[in-house]
Amino acid sequence: MRGRALPYLLVAPAVIFLTVLFFVPLVQTIALAFETRTGFGLGNFLRMEDDLNFHDAVVNTFRFVGLAVPLQLAAAMGMAMMLRHLGRGRDLVLWIWTIPLGLSDLAAGLVWLALLNDRGYIASLLFHLGLVAEPQSWLTYETPIALFAAVVIAEFWRATAIVVVILVAGLQLVPKEYAEAASVFGASPWRIFTRITLPLMKPSIQSALILRTVLAFEAFAVVIAIGGRNFPVLVSEAYNWQNFNQEPSVAAAYAVVVMCLSLLATVVWLWLLKTPAEQRA
Amino acid sequence: MAGITIDGVRKSFGATTALEAVNLEIADHEFVALLGPSGCGKTTLLRIIAGLETQTAGRVLIGGRDISALPPRARGLAMVFQNYAVFPHLRVRENIAFGLRMHGADSARIARQVTRTAGLLRLEPLLDRYPAQLSGGQRQRVAVARALAVEPAVLLMDEPLSNLDALLRLDMRAELKEVLREAGTTTIYVTHDQTEAMGLADRIAVLHAGRIEQIGTPSEIYHHPATRFVGGFVGSPPMNFLARDGRLLGIRPEDLDIVATGDGLPFRVNVVEPLGAQTLLTGIAEGHLVRVALNGEHHVPPGAELHIRPRPERIRWMDATTGRAIPPGTEPSP
Amino acid sequence: MSGRRAFYLTGVVVICAWVLVPLWLLAANALGGQPVIAAWPKPWFPGALSFATMAEFLAIEGVFRAMLIGFEVAVLCTLFSVALGLPAGYALARYTFRGANAFRLMVLLTRAFPVGILALPLTVGFIRLGLYDTPLGIALMHTALALPFAVLVSASLFQAIPRELEEAAWVFGCSPIQAAYKVVMPLALPGVSAVAIFAFVISWNEVFAASVLSARNRTLTAYLLAMLSESPLTYQFAGGLLLIVPSVLFIFLVRRHLFAMWGIASR
Repeated sequence: MRGRALPYLLVAPAVIFLTVLFFVPLVQTIALAFETRTGFGLGNFLRMEDDLNFHDAVVNTFRFVGLAVPLQLAAAMGMAMMLRHLGRGRDLVLWIWTIPLGLSDLAAGLVWLALLNDRGYIASLLFHLGLVAEPQSWLTYETPIALFAAVVIAEFWRATAIVVVILVAGLQLVPKEYAEAASVFGASPWRIFTRITLPLMKPSIQSALILRTVLAFEAFAVVIAIGGRNFPVLVSEAYNWQNFNQEPSVAAAYAVVVMCLSLLATVVWLWLLKTPAEQRA
Repeated sequence: MAGITIDGVRKSFGATTALEAVNLEIADHEFVALLGPSGCGKTTLLRIIAGLETQTAGRVLIGGRDISALPPRARGLAMVFQNYAVFPHLRVRENIAFGLRMHGADSARIARQVTRTAGLLRLEPLLDRYPAQLSGGQRQRVAVARALAVEPAVLLMDEPLSNLDALLRLDMRAELKEVLREAGTTTIYVTHDQTEAMGLADRIAVLHAGRIEQIGTPSEIYHHPATRFVGGFVGSPPMNFLARDGRLLGIRPEDLDIVATGDGLPFRVNVVEPLGAQTLLTGIAEGHLVRVALNGEHHVPPGAELHIRPRPERIRWMDATTGRAIPPGTEPSP
Repeated sequence: MSGRRAFYLTGVVVICAWVLVPLWLLAANALGGQPVIAAWPKPWFPGALSFATMAEFLAIEGVFRAMLIGFEVAVLCTLFSVALGLPAGYALARYTFRGANAFRLMVLLTRAFPVGILALPLTVGFIRLGLYDTPLGIALMHTALALPFAVLVSASLFQAIPRELEEAAWVFGCSPIQAAYKVVMPLALPGVSAVAIFAFVISWNEVFAASVLSARNRTLTAYLLAMLSESPLTYQFAGGLLLIVPSVLFIFLVRRHLFAMWGIASR
């Protein structure tokens, strides 16, 4: 029967494509990571762990994700709430706020390099304010805190936009009546936010967190643009092992670690912020 | 003491005026319905009273206190929303308790009020369910219970029955009337359904194009419409109007009698609708569309030529240009 | 009331500046050339802008070519994503079939993984197939990134178009394929173009897979990353500006659909 087969015919190309270019490489990556000259084993992981940069990369990655993602969520939530107070001009403001959505992390890194390099605009601003006398080099391994801050700022600047978009889209799905009802029944604006708006936005917050955490684990061009090799993260190490050391299996070991972390983060967010079907609007 | 005074309340959105200088006095314990077609400003007026909308001019007083500048939460009122706005992430119990919690009531009072209002609205077995597990009628009852639980001085209802199907609406209407009579709360009830307004309210304010056309008891509104609009809006089918030298003769369809040939107005029947309790005839008399409602079943063929006569004591005269009722004593003879 | 409003407006303006000023300063650096970059302290207002540095940068061997390759890859990725994603989205929206949920799950699952990284093991296979270091190879990998998005968004686009419209077309004599083509597609077109543009931007910006899967034929993004360490700041900033301009333009084009797309895609 042609009618029955039709949906399968429509879906088949996408299924085949994702199998070949997602599931097969996924399995291959895992296989590559466990493959050693003497068969299968943890050799690549041991080599990865032995590397000088590994420890720094793990710590940096966790600090980076752990700071950038919550900051993005908090700022985006504030921005989404602010937008509700705008009448005319809301569209223009939204467009401006979402411009960074279209930027790569490499571009964002370069933008902040322009501001933060030793003769950059931030140093100049501090000079004009009389706080510093000469060019400042912040982005070296000698100034780890400033370097870390610069990377987080660049990522925060770029990727808050996507969280804003997800949250604003989610907010549009929550009828205004709930907040109105709460205010009529005596809730202050803060209580409306914590008791009504936040719980009702849980699904959007959840998907924003999943998306952002996975992508933050993956970010590395921003790190390279700003800090060169002074701020190793897991994916930049994978990149270096692949491109400079020509060791695909160690790179794959890094990739497996990143994949596990992403998967774990996704599971944690799914579990922590689950909304049972009966509590959905 | 929770009478409501609406004093010269005006609202405009940019160039369009939603309400023009509305004045309304509502006594303590009174149930007033705001009745009008969609877009007449009735919901805007209710939202201004609730504080969800800010008026362009005028004041709202509750119990003699000017609350115009207060946020909704400080006005001491409760509201039932058109789509109920029952919080989907809270169980029925917590929904009912919401207002009390926000006002800092102690847990004993909360428990007492939840039990009382849940009993009043037959919600006891549903207290631990989430709204998504309830039917539309049950959700509606939760919304009412949540409003009554705070024992508000004023209860506002915004088309609370409009999302229910016809049969359920009839049940809920009777139930609401009983529950609200017991509670004795001053109530403002917005509806576009005249049967609801007439069935529930002590008084009805008919709104049209941002102004109050008439305020009165259901019987006054029905039998003595102050304007042509009220006569045409209230009553189903609405009042008939015939032209009489610069005036309008208004007559309800049930106040027209079929009379013998030559004794009355010639009436050509176009459509016959047997409605069970009534038979509704629609046709033309003196070039006007006229409806006649006859009690019981009558077999009238479409195209029949009948004669009709208005009952003189039921005729209401209106000025043809202003559309306003002409006071008794100055009316011409039919 | 007006005090609070002023507070909000100030906040809004500050955030706008937070987004725009860094972009402007990068542009000033990229267009001002060496004198601006070397200046200390930087002037409050960048001086006269010139396109000399930009032209110089574009004249470098390989830059213009990388731009073209980046463009080619992004266009290919867009075509693949739309061609594969639309039919699948349509099937999800219009048919109930066994395996529909499994398919949806498979698509969602890709989100839990950093897909770009999966390019690592593909090099060997791609070399064997002659796809390594070709725009087509990179575009295929990028499609794996953009396709899940295309499927989910187009599914919801089609869901938003009432089935009755299609049924009406059938009643008036259209075949199912004709109805989809003549009735559904025109209605879905604005949304579909937004999906296409998004696929383009995803590909244009992707750097890990593009770097791993190419050596000489790099996309602009991969090219810039590879030469970061050995090029002067002037060129880095010129390259950054070159990366940003098309993305910003494209986001401007899809701004109306952004929220509908994400509202649905993130449910």
